[in-house]
Amino acid sequence: MQRSFLAQNPSVIWFIAILALFTVVVTILSEVSGVGVISTSFIKTLGKTLCLCLVAITMDVVWGYCGILSLGHFAFFGIGGYAIGMWLMYARTELIVIESLAAQAIPSTAAEISDAIGNQIFGVVGSSEFPLIWTFADSLFLQLLMVILVPGLLALAFGWLAFRSRVTGVYLSILTQAMTLALALYLFQNDSGLRGNNGLSGLQNIPGYRDVPQATVSIIFFIASAIALGAGYVFFAWIVSGKMGNVIKGIRDNEARVWFLGYHVERYKLFVFTVTAVVAGIAGALYYPQAGIINPGEIAPIASIYLAVWVAIGGRGRLYGAAIGAAFVSLVSSWFTGGGAPNINLGFYTIQWTDWWLVLLGFSFVAVTLFFPKGIGGLFDLLMRKQS
Amino acid sequence: MLRLISLALALWLTVPAVAFSQTFQDILQTHRDEVLKPGRRSVGVVLDDLVASGLPQAVPFLEAWRDREIVQRNSDGLFFRVIAEGDTVTLGDLDTGAELQAAEDDLTESRPNGGVRRAIGDALVQFQLSDPDIVRRQAAVEAIARSMDASQLAPLQASIDAEPDPALKETKIRLAGMLAALFADETENRIAAIAALSGDLSVDVRAVLNRLLSTTTAVAATVPGDANVAQILQVGTDITQSEAYARLVAAELAPALVPNDDIRAALVANIADAKVGGVPVHALGTDAGRWLAYDTLAAEGLAPPRVKPQTQSDAVAAHVFYTAYIEPDAAITDAARVALRATETNVALSQAIDLGLDALSLASIYFLAAIGLAITFGVMGVINMAHGEFIMMGAYTGFVVQQFVPDYTLSIIIALPLAFAITFGAGVAMERLVIRHLYHRPLETLLATFGISIALQQLAKNIFGTQARPLTSPEWLDGALMFNDVIAISYIRIAIFVLALVFLAVILFVLKRTRLGLEVRAVTQNPGMAASMGINPDRINMLTFGLGSGIAGIAGVAIGLYAKVTSEMGADYIVQSFMTVVVGGVGNVWGTLAGASLIGFLQKGIEWLNPSNTLAAQTYMILFIILFIQFRPKGIVALKGRAAAD
Repeated sequence: MQRSFLAQNPSVIWFIAILALFTVVVTILSEVSGVGVISTSFIKTLGKTLCLCLVAITMDVVWGYCGILSLGHFAFFGIGGYAIGMWLMYARTELIVIESLAAQAIPSTAAEISDAIGNQIFGVVGSSEFPLIWTFADSLFLQLLMVILVPGLLALAFGWLAFRSRVTGVYLSILTQAMTLALALYLFQNDSGLRGNNGLSGLQNIPGYRDVPQATVSIIFFIASAIALGAGYVFFAWIVSGKMGNVIKGIRDNEARVWFLGYHVERYKLFVFTVTAVVAGIAGALYYPQAGIINPGEIAPIASIYLAVWVAIGGRGRLYGAAIGAAFVSLVSSWFTGGGAPNINLGFYTIQWTDWWLVLLGFSFVAVTLFFPKGIGGLFDLLMRKQS
Repeated sequence: MLRLISLALALWLTVPAVAFSQTFQDILQTHRDEVLKPGRRSVGVVLDDLVASGLPQAVPFLEAWRDREIVQRNSDGLFFRVIAEGDTVTLGDLDTGAELQAAEDDLTESRPNGGVRRAIGDALVQFQLSDPDIVRRQAAVEAIARSMDASQLAPLQASIDAEPDPALKETKIRLAGMLAALFADETENRIAAIAALSGDLSVDVRAVLNRLLSTTTAVAATVPGDANVAQILQVGTDITQSEAYARLVAAELAPALVPNDDIRAALVANIADAKVGGVPVHALGTDAGRWLAYDTLAAEGLAPPRVKPQTQSDAVAAHVFYTAYIEPDAAITDAARVALRATETNVALSQAIDLGLDALSLASIYFLAAIGLAITFGVMGVINMAHGEFIMMGAYTGFVVQQFVPDYTLSIIIALPLAFAITFGAGVAMERLVIRHLYHRPLETLLATFGISIALQQLAKNIFGTQARPLTSPEWLDGALMFNDVIAISYIRIAIFVLALVFLAVILFVLKRTRLGLEVRAVTQNPGMAASMGINPDRINMLTFGLGSGIAGIAGVAIGLYAKVTSEMGADYIVQSFMTVVVGGVGNVWGTLAGASLIGFLQKGIEWLNPSNTLAAQTYMILFIILFIQFRPKGIVALKGRAAAD
């Protein structure tokens, strides 16, 4: 008998309810509502964390449900950030340039404005020409399209090549890692057209809304991130439930058997890989305006491995686990590295957490893999079992 | 001091000759004004006379003159050399060397300027070429090679026959050949000299040939008959329209363009009633509007007229643009072109060999970094993301040993086995504590070992700091093996290559010829069957993993000698190492060799195509590897049969 989607997945209702409550509470406590208990910078941290939760969920779908350990999803996240960052940077520079040229005796020609913008943006890498990939940078709509298209097409092309030739398991992981490394190395070049090592900056300023205070901008992005996370959660919960979800999970558990049952495994894999890449790109497009800066270092392979770490700590194969893992590890991480954790004095040596946090994280990660393969999400199973 | 003695000796020997021939002072007196106030042009006559006299006093005089130590006594106009300055100046007679005193205000100093002093130096060179002291002869030859002047050809050729030192003689002959190619009197002599240079790939010969073939760009209505034209430039293909016009302007054959900034400035200067030349200011936001207003201004004589595009293209079309050789004789430039072509062929060949050596050494570095992984990942199937950190541990072991053992050779000899022992221990500990529990979950092995990797990296950072630590190689590994001016390979790279070969042999021996290797292969192929044959799989896995890790440690010492030791050095190699193993083919040491060779040669090849950008080379190489995996998913050397089953 067919039950409704929500009745099958009570966790979806719980997750949305908690997320909505959290969003409302944070908004009320923010500076915008006048209470001001939570600072603007912390709102940004929370908003960024929600975006990381979303990309962690995509990672969970592709790894925890479909069994593809992709070490490239943070690259898709970064591509989304670059795509929106190009518009933010171009539009803002254009406004500044037009404003500064307006004071002159005669109006400027289009070529003069374009040259001045090019100088502003690319002067740092010793160029003033607009590279080809900036063709659409003046259009918000087209760049938003890029946020979806570029990660989607890249994932489609890469996935088609990889799944078609039956590259699986750790080989696929290494291959995706190679893809990520290639992308990062490409972006590190000064003549990549994306300002090389400098990356794109000043993304926290929204063009045309200079009078709007950052407190308001941050809360808008926070709410947008929460909505995206909620929508993404429902979407992926729907995908992984039902018949398609069963096929996907079947691929994870025994790929050969699913082939023999007559399913085109590579099509399912390609679908999951591409869709998750697109959502990762959207998450990145929401994340980087809150972070304010994006550079190629963010895309380096290690970031994608950390993504896998979050999902593993949170608990694979359950969407809320990935979100919890991402939120928990990234918040605890910033607490430790930001100097929030008290140093421990052992008498002969003082443990400073800014130095020792990564050691702790590394070893606790080994411990989680060895002793709690279900991660934090596994705790919910224990609770459920006690209730029943 | 020696020089003074030999000078005195020379003077003493020549004193009797002075009595019945022209003295040196006499020659100077005939050129009194030129010696006192030498000019760049007039000095030539003096120098020629002094050299032609053949007097031995000429050398010390020229040296003193160059060093501004020659004065004239005002009372009788005679020249002297200053020996010591003080209240009264001590002078030396130029012919006899006798010392005498003079008041400072009775003397006028000869102050040759820089150009004159160079000319004096050139004249001195021909004496130094036959100097008994080989150091001075070598210095003279080097001075000629630096200046490459026409006047040096004859003295250099004259000095060749008497040269006792065979090596220096060889150098002189080479140098004379190059000078002859540039400056010999007869065209045939020059062509012969140029032909002799053909195929020589040293940098200085190539410089000579390029100098012969140096060109200037020129523009004229028609090509002049006496020009030795190298190439007629086609506008549009060889040079752009705007470049061509810029050359016309530079040659004053066409009026200069009015730059956009000038147009703008002229417009701004002539705004009246919100209009410029009848055009409203708000319409000046386009080039067309600006030109309209500016042309009106120009017609009124308020600004220089704009050069219209039609005028520009007409002017360009009416002229010929070409490059001409500075050397006027076409026969010589033809010969030089032929010689340079032969030389360039040789250079290209040598560069290819050099590139091959570079690629070989890069391949051996990749091989060293990946060979440990070939065992743990390739043979055992364990993804060890901390492999790079074992390389780092080995390198830091070398660094620590060097802190205690100051002798570099000895410290390397100690460090190699110690690094093996330490990383072997670390590998065994890791296998026992972590990997053993994850043999059936390969993806989780990847993540757990990644956790160890970041912990080890941060530990190294905490212990050794973030700055790069040096691992100094022994002196006998410094320097490079030079085959010619193009092909060179540093000894340290040769050492790494040899080490890679040794590793290959050792690992092949261990895997194929020892009891341990047999058991390792048995366990990896079928652990259950191996166990029932009395092999303890746990022990074998532990030892194999330890072996792979230990080899990574030794590789770390070698890589540390070649690159800097930092906490992140392992991370730099890990992705490449995995790709090396995957491309080569998992489960096969030969495959790793093939993978490392492919990646090393590929990377150098791409770098050669685009030498300015190693980042781009790496990017393209990774893209190539991703595509390669599509067509050979099992790698270059794929296992067949049962061993290939997953």
